[in-house]
Amino acid sequence: MTAASLTDADTQTEVPLKRRLRRAERARQVKALALVLPLLVFLLFTFAGPIAGMLWRAVDDREVRQALPQTVAALANWDGKDLPDEKAYAALANDILAGRGAGTIAIAAKRLNYALNGFRTILTSTARNLKAVPEPGMARETLGKINAAWRERTTWTTIKDAGGPMTGFYLLAALDLTRNVDGAIAAASPDQAIYRDIFTRTFLIGLSVTALCLLLGFPVAYLLATLPPGRSNLLMIFVLLPFWTSLLVRTCAWIVLLQSKGVVNDSLHWLGIIDEPLRMIYNRFGVCVAMTHVLLPFMILPLYSSMKAISPAYMRAAASLGAPPLTAFLRIYLPQTLPGIGAGSLLVFILALGYYITPALVGGAADQMISYFIALYTTETANWGLASALGAVLLLATLLLALVYGRLVQGQQVTGGMKN
Amino acid sequence: MSDNSSLRTPSQCIAWTATIFISTLVFIFLIAPILAIMPLSFSSGSYLTYPLPGLSLRWYDDFINSPRWMNALKNSMIIGVASTALSMVLGTLAALGLAQWKSPFKPLVLAFVLSPVVVPGVITAVGLYFFFAPIGLTGTYLGLILAHTALATPFVVITVGATLQSFDTNLARAAASLGASPLQAFRRVILPLILPGMASGALFAFATSFDEVVIVLFMAGPEQRTLPREMFSGIRENISPTITAAAVILTTVSIILLATLEGLRRRNERLKGSSA
Repeated sequence: MTAASLTDADTQTEVPLKRRLRRAERARQVKALALVLPLLVFLLFTFAGPIAGMLWRAVDDREVRQALPQTVAALANWDGKDLPDEKAYAALANDILAGRGAGTIAIAAKRLNYALNGFRTILTSTARNLKAVPEPGMARETLGKINAAWRERTTWTTIKDAGGPMTGFYLLAALDLTRNVDGAIAAASPDQAIYRDIFTRTFLIGLSVTALCLLLGFPVAYLLATLPPGRSNLLMIFVLLPFWTSLLVRTCAWIVLLQSKGVVNDSLHWLGIIDEPLRMIYNRFGVCVAMTHVLLPFMILPLYSSMKAISPAYMRAAASLGAPPLTAFLRIYLPQTLPGIGAGSLLVFILALGYYITPALVGGAADQMISYFIALYTTETANWGLASALGAVLLLATLLLALVYGRLVQGQQVTGGMKN
Repeated sequence: MSDNSSLRTPSQCIAWTATIFISTLVFIFLIAPILAIMPLSFSSGSYLTYPLPGLSLRWYDDFINSPRWMNALKNSMIIGVASTALSMVLGTLAALGLAQWKSPFKPLVLAFVLSPVVVPGVITAVGLYFFFAPIGLTGTYLGLILAHTALATPFVVITVGATLQSFDTNLARAAASLGASPLQAFRRVILPLILPGMASGALFAFATSFDEVVIVLFMAGPEQRTLPREMFSGIRENISPTITAAAVILTTVSIILLATLEGLRRRNERLKGSSA
């Protein structure tokens, strides 16, 4: 009787306790999420939203649709095999007459000119010379007389392709591809196919800078990891001071050092080593030197922390087992630094890919990386679709590499500040 | 000299000497440009080369008396301090929340929160340019402060999160069991413990904003130009010694930030050492 009531009481209190605990835990989780929420909302507005907007611009294509609505509608069912029918010509004439005052024709002309060089002239000359709505059945002849381009199939397929509301045009253009008159994906014309070269150049500069950083950073990291803490902390200042110095200051310093009347050329001349100043800046050499200088700490710091974790006992064990120093280094020490090498190299490469300021200031025209063109198309030529498409490709490359980096340093602490 | 005991064979000696030699060259490579630019700012001549014709403070005088540079310094301070303050609030709250939150989505959320650091500056800048222009936030202080806060907050989340990792949650429970309200427990127990992490986060955040130039290039109007922005156009046009004076001022700020951070780190290590 007493035993039964005891167990009864036990179960009675135990269940609510479990539930209460669970409820308390749930409340704690909700509270935790509520603390993170302000930052998430903030980043949605100041970071994720803007980037999503940029990605949207890479496929958004409504300019022609807004300027030439009837034409786009009339071409919707056109198979593109022959010239479109009279209805499409009449629709175009109506659209041009309607849009002439609104200024939308110029916007559409700009967009169509990206796809077909010279389209701006075709459209503006037609808008200028078209006096009135053509007689019924005469639209094709009237337009063909104003500009012979209206008798060509490409002119019309260009309008149809640009009819929106979404397009792969800019993304294809960013990869030097285009759609030909039959709608198949083909190589872009040589005068527009420049972006693969620019991406290759960006990758090559990134790879050279990464290799240079690894070459210069490895001995330094090894030295810092091997020295007793007191002295390595002191030497660490040589790595951390440049790391904290403004990017602009460092870039400026390299220009002062390397320019034709700069400190290095003057010193070499004074020492009698050279007669003519060496060209060391506004070319690939200057870009690589300045970028290596800026990014070297990002290589040294992860390398240092991975080397710091290697116990010297391993090397001693290898030596005591008869391994010559070089063998011990190559087979015992080096493999253990591989995670550090991987993390440092990926970090430097990721940061180098997006570089803009340094190449813009110390590079020549042939050394500008992809970021320069994204900036150029955004602020100078206002070709926002192409700027966004190039940005989308760069973003994809960066995120893929960052994913690999994340896997690599999983568990390791994230270190360092990032600047570009 | 614990390292010397392991140097037994001549080949190891050579390797070690080579390491020291190469490292010395790399240290010179790292530090020389920064050191080389400094004396030039004290030159009495206007050529950026050695030997200096004489010493003077004329370029600092130029800097202080130039409304352009002083306005840039003021802007850098306003935007830096405001975005640091905002990122401290958002970042500390988020780090506290993330430390308690258990969910399979946590790595994803963490990756999202930290992503502004990885995404190339130009992409963030272009996105913000498109996004802020229609709502009238380009060419305003608010727009720049919001943008810099987004870039700076990850550092606060990282540094505060790192201090919270070694934080004993039982301390908060003990405070609660002794009758402290959640706010009291936060102010009197948690805050003092995470303060060093918050301080280094603040330094990182300020340095990020103070050094940022890509977003400023896209979004700042003539009124909001910051020091790095003025340096950018100065370098583009023609490097005058006034820029080297600005560079020395910027570097001094960096050294102060670095020294404060190093002091914080030492203090933290001492505290850890004494409690162990």
